[in-house]
Amino acid sequence: MKRKSLGSRIVAAPYIVWSAIFIVVPLIIMIYYSFTDATGVFSLANIAQLGKYKKAFLLSILYAIIATLVTFIIAYPLAYFMTKLKVSSQKMILMIVIFPMWMNFLIRTYSWISILANTGLINKFLAVFGIGPLKLINTPGAIILGMVYDFLPYMVLPIYTVMTKIDRSLLEAAEDLGSSALDKLRKVIFPLSLPGVVSGVTMVFVPSVSTFYISQKLGGNKTMLIGDAIEYLFNLGPDHYNVASALSLVLMALILICMAVMNRFSGEDEEGVII
Amino acid sequence: MRKIVSLLIAFILVFLPILSFSGCGYTYADLNLIGTYTREFEGTTLNVYNWGEYISDGTDDSVDVIKEFEKLTGINVNYSTFDSNETMYSQLKNGGVAYDVIAPSDYMIERLIREDMLANIDTSSLSNFNLIEDKYKSLYFDPENKYTVAYNVGLVGLIYNTNVVKKAPDSWKILWDKNYQDQILMFNNPRDAFAIAQFLLGQDLNNTDRPSWDKAADLLIDQKQYLQSYVMDEVYGKMETGEAAIAPYYAGDFLTMVENNPDLAFVYPKEGTNIFVDSLCIPKNTKNYDAALLFINFMMEPDIALANAEYIGYASPNTAVINNPDYYYYDNEILYPDEATLPPTQYFHDIDPSVRNYYENLWIDVKLH
Repeated sequence: MKRKSLGSRIVAAPYIVWSAIFIVVPLIIMIYYSFTDATGVFSLANIAQLGKYKKAFLLSILYAIIATLVTFIIAYPLAYFMTKLKVSSQKMILMIVIFPMWMNFLIRTYSWISILANTGLINKFLAVFGIGPLKLINTPGAIILGMVYDFLPYMVLPIYTVMTKIDRSLLEAAEDLGSSALDKLRKVIFPLSLPGVVSGVTMVFVPSVSTFYISQKLGGNKTMLIGDAIEYLFNLGPDHYNVASALSLVLMALILICMAVMNRFSGEDEEGVII
Repeated sequence: MRKIVSLLIAFILVFLPILSFSGCGYTYADLNLIGTYTREFEGTTLNVYNWGEYISDGTDDSVDVIKEFEKLTGINVNYSTFDSNETMYSQLKNGGVAYDVIAPSDYMIERLIREDMLANIDTSSLSNFNLIEDKYKSLYFDPENKYTVAYNVGLVGLIYNTNVVKKAPDSWKILWDKNYQDQILMFNNPRDAFAIAQFLLGQDLNNTDRPSWDKAADLLIDQKQYLQSYVMDEVYGKMETGEAAIAPYYAGDFLTMVENNPDLAFVYPKEGTNIFVDSLCIPKNTKNYDAALLFINFMMEPDIALANAEYIGYASPNTAVINNPDYYYYDNEILYPDEATLPPTQYFHDIDPSVRNYYENLWIDVKLH
């Protein structure tokens, strides 16, 4: 086993202290709350109560899968064509992708309300032609749109980064050996970009499945996703911390399972994998 | 060079509006105070914890109440806000900050008193306490008036858009009317939402009978198909722009909305409605008790109470405000309805924790449905 030098230990120390205080300790607190009742006695009652939230779990996972799929369908071709452009154009498009992230995502989500509302931009425009008003806001579609919009950059960036690293000569070799454009994509580019896809999918799926703000603002507070349930319970006060922690714990377990499944696909080449 | 110039222009464009606004404001000489305010607590800090948008803050030429108090007494006010009684309660219980003045609602005060979390207030030591109208003294949650000074009074009613709802409604039933599908808003908090269902079912808002709560929950589940969304503060935008046509909300907030959309109207439904009183109290763990008393007395000053009443738009319990003909809402029939014609009103009481837990879980069922 390689011994770490004193220098590298010192360099790592701030992060180790940070993660101990702000990641490990809160995790222990959460686990403690999950398995105790309001008086602090060990109990499985919180876990037993979770059956009620089955619908919220299923909806959250369903919406997150759809949102991840849509972001992938948008982001993958975008990243692919970006790599074919000249460097200055690549930078330009990258800039446009990142640009919305300069603004807080709460504000960006809020602006969708005024776009999708019955008296919003789209419906006002359609009204000029005598169409509508269409019911756009407070629908599952609006919630998924919000997720796609907010998390799209997290899909584009890792895929793009991995794709720029693909060795051009491999593509030329594929062409020389007579593979069609589709074959080239299927057998060379996609496998090589997989690590980026895996991080992109993780970085979109995880925040989507646990979101609460987007579903509240764009869903009219009518759908309760699992993040909404946790937020609601925490806001009710200390008596509800136990069930809320149990919900969070199950959500984390679910996310871990999803990530384990995803990481199996990423293969041996870990380059570009963020989580 | 060109870059620097354009940067400079951009800066000027950004900051111009800010600069031009900072120039105007209220002139302090106009305030006329009747109480006496010592400067013996100069330099100390007073932690005030109040509802959001619940004090005159100097915008639109109003009086900046906090700044006035700081100038008068030299006390530094550390002002923070909450958006629900429950948030306030959990902050008070676990937050680590020792608040000196808080403004919870009736039922929460009942709970705080029961849990021995409030300090006594000797109202005879407050020179302005005699200004509070008698009917807002010794209310059910503080029968001997040992802990509280009434700050604002409110009623819940029905707001509707006269362009959409042609005939004035008189019942909460309109919130279940499929003719207005997708144009109806509902409270996004369990207690207020359940109260409406309970009035329709003729129940007591504070009943502890679980099957009754179940029935109310069923009614709320049935309502969901007609709703556009569950809202709290979003109600302003949605009613003012015409995005939604019907909403239950607080009377004082209707007055703000109608200024921006004159098509809105307001009614107290015949089944009855919820009345609430928010009062100033001092938490037991206060670190600056005497300064807190000074602040509470200051809040009852006729000029200050008037500024607050006009800014907040809720009914004031202060006679110096109610009887002032210059008061913007003087004799306003929505804020100060004739008690002879007003439908029955009910206060929220602090409900037994097991019942509270029960209806809070029912609300999850409503939301998950």
